[in-house]
Amino acid sequence: MATTAPAPARTAPAAAGRAAAPAARRRRAVSYPSWMLWPAFAALLVFFLVPTLLNFVYAFTDWSAFKQGFGFVGTQNFQRLFADGSLLSSLRVTLVWALLVALLQNGLGFVLALLLEGDTRVNRGARIVFFLPVLLSPLAVGYVFQALLRPDGALNGVLGALTGSDVSIAWLGSTTWTIVVVSVVQAWKWMGLSMLIFMAGLKTMPTDVLEAARIDGASWWRTLWSVRFPLLAPAVTFNVATALLGSMNGFDTATALTNGGPARSTELLNIFIFRTFGQGLYAQATTMSLVLFLTVVIVALPVILYLRRRENVL
Amino acid sequence: MTATPATLAAPAARAARRPARARRPGGPGSGRRTAGRVLHDVLVVLLAAVVVGVPLWLVLVTASKTTAEAARPDLSLPTELALGDNLRQVISQGEVLLALGGSLLVTVPAVVLLLVLGSAASWVLARRTGRWNAVLYTVGISSIVLPPAVITTVLTVRSLGLQGTAVGMVGVYTGMFMGTVIFFVTGFVRNLPIELEEAARLDGTTPFQLFTRIVLPMLRPVIATAAILTTLSIWNEVFYTFFVLGGGDTTTLPLNLYKVASAAQYVNNWNLIFAYVVLMSLPMIVVFAVAQRRIISGVTSGAVK
Repeated sequence: MATTAPAPARTAPAAAGRAAAPAARRRRAVSYPSWMLWPAFAALLVFFLVPTLLNFVYAFTDWSAFKQGFGFVGTQNFQRLFADGSLLSSLRVTLVWALLVALLQNGLGFVLALLLEGDTRVNRGARIVFFLPVLLSPLAVGYVFQALLRPDGALNGVLGALTGSDVSIAWLGSTTWTIVVVSVVQAWKWMGLSMLIFMAGLKTMPTDVLEAARIDGASWWRTLWSVRFPLLAPAVTFNVATALLGSMNGFDTATALTNGGPARSTELLNIFIFRTFGQGLYAQATTMSLVLFLTVVIVALPVILYLRRRENVL
Repeated sequence: MTATPATLAAPAARAARRPARARRPGGPGSGRRTAGRVLHDVLVVLLAAVVVGVPLWLVLVTASKTTAEAARPDLSLPTELALGDNLRQVISQGEVLLALGGSLLVTVPAVVLLLVLGSAASWVLARRTGRWNAVLYTVGISSIVLPPAVITTVLTVRSLGLQGTAVGMVGVYTGMFMGTVIFFVTGFVRNLPIELEEAARLDGTTPFQLFTRIVLPMLRPVIATAAILTTLSIWNEVFYTFFVLGGGDTTTLPLNLYKVASAAQYVNNWNLIFAYVVLMSLPMIVVFAVAQRRIISGVTSGAVK
């Protein structure tokens, strides 16, 4: 039995020097008991994997709050959501928002990491301040900025005081620009996390490479773009991936800030799902949930894989 | 890289700090350097005050105002301090204590289950080899990337008879975040030396004893990381509570905040909404104040592998 085993990388150094390999191997096979795996995987199966598979079933039914049982209707839900424009509009809103959040959150986080890199007391304090929003509930953040951005809110008040005239910009009232405002708020909430991760990346850089760049007379900017930024690849991967995935699943900030408005111009897929579920249209909500799933698989996964490959090249 | 998560943030970072400071811009003259430093500090303080300070200030002053004064939320100081009254009103009418109980009832068991079940499974996943093990690991961490199917999750919870209960919510969170825990803990175990475990095995220890007595104590740093990440996520989570807890007796702080902020009597009662926000954010801010260093190194440990 032991001799026919594929004997893959038994690289544990202790095992390598041991003569009685077959006995050790047989013992190893039972020494990590399967029963320790099952409870965790049972939770995953029941509450994650089964619902994910059911999603592929119920998206093709007419399941709703208004009738008993359900029947299969083929791709009718997709067709209807496509025909009334909700599918493309929610999808576009979600993608624009995810892209904007990923760019803003990481751009701001990167600038903050560079600014607060030095280990001074002021910087240490500022890092804590910029991390505070990460701890707040996204829903609460949404309400805070709703108050700040109202036409008669604090921001217009400050702008009015600065310009000496009455300012009443409807920050949350534009069907074109409000999605940008909402993305900025989401980026504000999470930029402290990006900052910390970029900072950790900057601090674990091999010092000899940086030393070499300095000796060669590279300027601060040159070192930043040609040496330090490429070396940050793992941190970039992590930050872009978490920002993209997190914001594609976004809901709370936008709900509290705009509730999807004006005219559904900030209605993310999850807000649509929440609204249609509330109306009892379960099958439509499930269909949108499947759209979200497929979008993540189609859009986010290749991005993550690309960034991963880039890490290896560098 | 093979550095263990724990080594990433603390000692390595500290070692690298000195040269980082020496590289700061500002030229060779020491006079210019101090001038640059002062300018830098002023910029940092201003930025922090405007970008983060102003929104937080708005919360605090508005939560301290009377309803009439808070109807148009601005940055001015309250003319009459009403913070105590507002907090009392929110607690008595806003069901804050009930929601706090619900949040604890959901968060604590979910995090405990995640850590206990997740670390047991991760140890086995990290130490076993072979194709099936690799498949199991991939399935295990898939939930980090794939979005949970919310409607069919509710369907599953409902068919188990757990709709509207804390138990159902705990189950959903356990499934949702198990991948994160498995990812962190498995990565950590793979970097632990196996010799210690093998020595204990020769003494005739059973696998379970080996795990609880030898392995688990070594996992303390990564378990702290996972505990922080999952607690923060679950405490602030609201989307799934709408679906799973909606209509039931259990409520959580964010779910209740939504209810309070949407209820007719509170619309534009910014003082009460923000008094609620203050109460609700306090636990996480206190936890952060206590375990600040742990949290920062924990949050960053996953990224730079």
